Amino acid sequence: MDHVIDHFMALDPVLLARLQFAFTISFHIIFPTFTIGIAAYLATLEVLWGWTGADRYKRLAAFWTKIFAVSFAMGVVSGIVLSYQIGTNWSHFSAVAGNVIGPLLGYEVLMAFFLEASFLGILLFGGDLVPRWLHVFSAVAVAVGTSLSAFWILSANSWMQTPEGYTMRDGIAYPADWFAIIFNPSFPYRLAHMLNASFLTGAFVVLAVGARYLLAGRHVEEARTMLRMALSLTAVLAPLQLLIGDMHAENTLKYQPTKIAAMEAHWDGSQPAAFEFFAWPDEKTQSNLYSIAMPHLGSLLVTREWNGLFPGLNDVPAQDRPPLPNVFFGFRIMVAVGMYMIAAALFGAWLLWREKLFETRWYLMIVAQTWWVGFIAVISGWVVSESGRQPWIVFGLLRTADAVSPVPGASVATTLILFVVVYLTVFSFGIYFINRLIARGIQETELAERTPQLATGHVTFEQAP
Amino acid sequence: MNGAVNAAMSGNVDVSTLLPVIWAALIGTAVALYVILDGFDIGIGILFPFARNDADRDRMLATIAPFWDGNETWLVLGGAGLLVAFPRAYSIVMPAFYLPLIVMLLALVFRGVTFEFRGLAQRKPFWNAVFAGGSTLAALCQGLVLGGLVQGVKIENGAYAGGAFDWATPFGLMCGFGVVAGYALLGSTWLMMKTDGELAARAAWQAKELLAAVLVFMAAVSLYTPLAFPRIAQRWLTLPNLFYLTPVPILTLLIAFAQWRAIEARREAAPFLATIGLFLLGYLGLVISTFPYMVPPTLTIWDAAAAPSSQLFMLTGTLLLLPLILGYTAFTYWLFRGKVHEGATYH
Repeated sequence: MDHVIDHFMALDPVLLARLQFAFTISFHIIFPTFTIGIAAYLATLEVLWGWTGADRYKRLAAFWTKIFAVSFAMGVVSGIVLSYQIGTNWSHFSAVAGNVIGPLLGYEVLMAFFLEASFLGILLFGGDLVPRWLHVFSAVAVAVGTSLSAFWILSANSWMQTPEGYTMRDGIAYPADWFAIIFNPSFPYRLAHMLNASFLTGAFVVLAVGARYLLAGRHVEEARTMLRMALSLTAVLAPLQLLIGDMHAENTLKYQPTKIAAMEAHWDGSQPAAFEFFAWPDEKTQSNLYSIAMPHLGSLLVTREWNGLFPGLNDVPAQDRPPLPNVFFGFRIMVAVGMYMIAAALFGAWLLWREKLFETRWYLMIVAQTWWVGFIAVISGWVVSESGRQPWIVFGLLRTADAVSPVPGASVATTLILFVVVYLTVFSFGIYFINRLIARGIQETELAERTPQLATGHVTFEQAP
Repeated sequence: MNGAVNAAMSGNVDVSTLLPVIWAALIGTAVALYVILDGFDIGIGILFPFARNDADRDRMLATIAPFWDGNETWLVLGGAGLLVAFPRAYSIVMPAFYLPLIVMLLALVFRGVTFEFRGLAQRKPFWNAVFAGGSTLAALCQGLVLGGLVQGVKIENGAYAGGAFDWATPFGLMCGFGVVAGYALLGSTWLMMKTDGELAARAAWQAKELLAAVLVFMAAVSLYTPLAFPRIAQRWLTLPNLFYLTPVPILTLLIAFAQWRAIEARREAAPFLATIGLFLLGYLGLVISTFPYMVPPTLTIWDAAAAPSSQLFMLTGTLLLLPLILGYTAFTYWLFRGKVHEGATYH
């Protein structure tokens, strides 16, 4: 910890660039995670509305569309920042890996961003200006757009973790096989893990809002619909996430064994690993302090064998190890939150099945408060993934310290402070306004009011002026 | 670079010569579309403090609310496109303009969230100020980056070698104010087209003043750059170039004159279209001054280009997807056509 502070005071550009990027990307990922989940929910509601004609689906869609709009706006503006920061903070990375990474990001913009932006306009402001089928279609298009965006950005990130399909010439990466680049070894697992995490995150927010309304006796019909929908989804997806995460870890063991060693704080690769419930992995003594551990359980989980061996931290030189506390604690927080989500989802689904859910107030009171669990799991999971890749920016190919831009530390420090101030301000307002929308409740005519031309009866879709 | 030009001249055009030209044209188009599309909605923000009241501001926002997100996506495409097609230019330009770029991005953050926050807030004056400040600052920073690029960027060993404030020159500041005035002109003529009554009348009056200001800035840049940068003087003021290029300033003046008349006559769409014309001609002038340099004065589009296979892989997708994107962009503009009348809000 002390040396981090020393580097900061010395305005070390590498550390500052990392802090800044870690801050802006952690802030950003909150919103796509939520909007990927909620977009899928909106699409489901709109399709159900189109199918059944039941008004509660339309009211729910209108209500969640407003919350979606606020979070989507924050996701857009914080995302634009990232598309430039790859160059402002990591210009040498963009010079070395640009041939490979560039097109993946380019396809994200062309396939996803424009689709989302255009159809979001129709979704938010189309109201009764457009026929019902086009409104439903727009919701589906936005949902498809958010998932396509995840596809490309996770492909790019996975390539940085498990690079394939390229050749190096004069220190620059050149694409050799685009299929191998896009579908690099860790990509399918990361994509499945993240999409599922997004759906779970959104579902736990929907669950919390439904529980909050039901406890308050407001919007009872809609609240029950939200609880039913959220629990049917999470009861399947939460246990599934454990399975996907386990498969992802198996893949990581094959390609980035040091990351697994850091997740388990496993030092000596010649011995079976214990599972550390709690410990402080100490670099100096190369051991775990204050350890509460279960012998052999680590080996059993990672290798499926009681005495299974896998590489330890001592198998690589100290300068090739990731920052241990981030990876070790990040992993534990993610797993703990995940376990809560599985328990809450399965128990809630059981209550629903036994037709006791709407009367079990203590359960509703708990889930009404835990809307944030998905976000914590996602951020801590990404800390494991990204910190675990260190000291590499592209694993085995380019070190983070060699990727930084030729920018003075003072510039990076100044903008880091600006980012923190601006983002915390914007984030506080965002949370405040979303809370206000939830407190205001579900209303009848919200969508039509948002259509500027329609508010004064100017035009409708059918009658061209 | 000479090798590439000679190859082009002698007719032996190979893929690695041609692809960067295609990509420069594509990115140039994306940047032009960004400047025009986000230009008018940033312009609305610049004009915000000069509106009569909050009812007018509601209407001003209502004219752009369905479009701003799509408009700003062209900025992402510009950034990502540069990384895709010219990674070396991207890796030099971004650190060179580190401070103005990041301030611009933060200004866009404030501005972007206003679209959702202002309608939900009780204290409108605060969000009015945030929207106006964010919009003006974003435009100013874009002008500073533009000015800095025209001045040239110091490169050593393929990396940026200048200081943190190389862009901070009087010329850069002039470009900054020029972009602010230009975006405000786009915004005011957009309002003439999309609103009516007192708001449109006020916009017409603003448009005239802004047109005069924009012409002054265009003239100043056109006079200063050949004087200060010999490479630009050589491009414009030698024969036979002078012959071919004279129509550019003449056409600019003709359009400006026609625009003035159109504003006076309170035409609806013509002033906005004329502003686009002015922007495109100014843009063309800058391209003439700098081509084939991606980052003046040393890095050409061929030096900066990505591997041909990267450019080709992306080009395939672009040719398939761009028509689709233009299609549904046009559809949303068509859908939300017509004027936003008095009393309309979008929340």
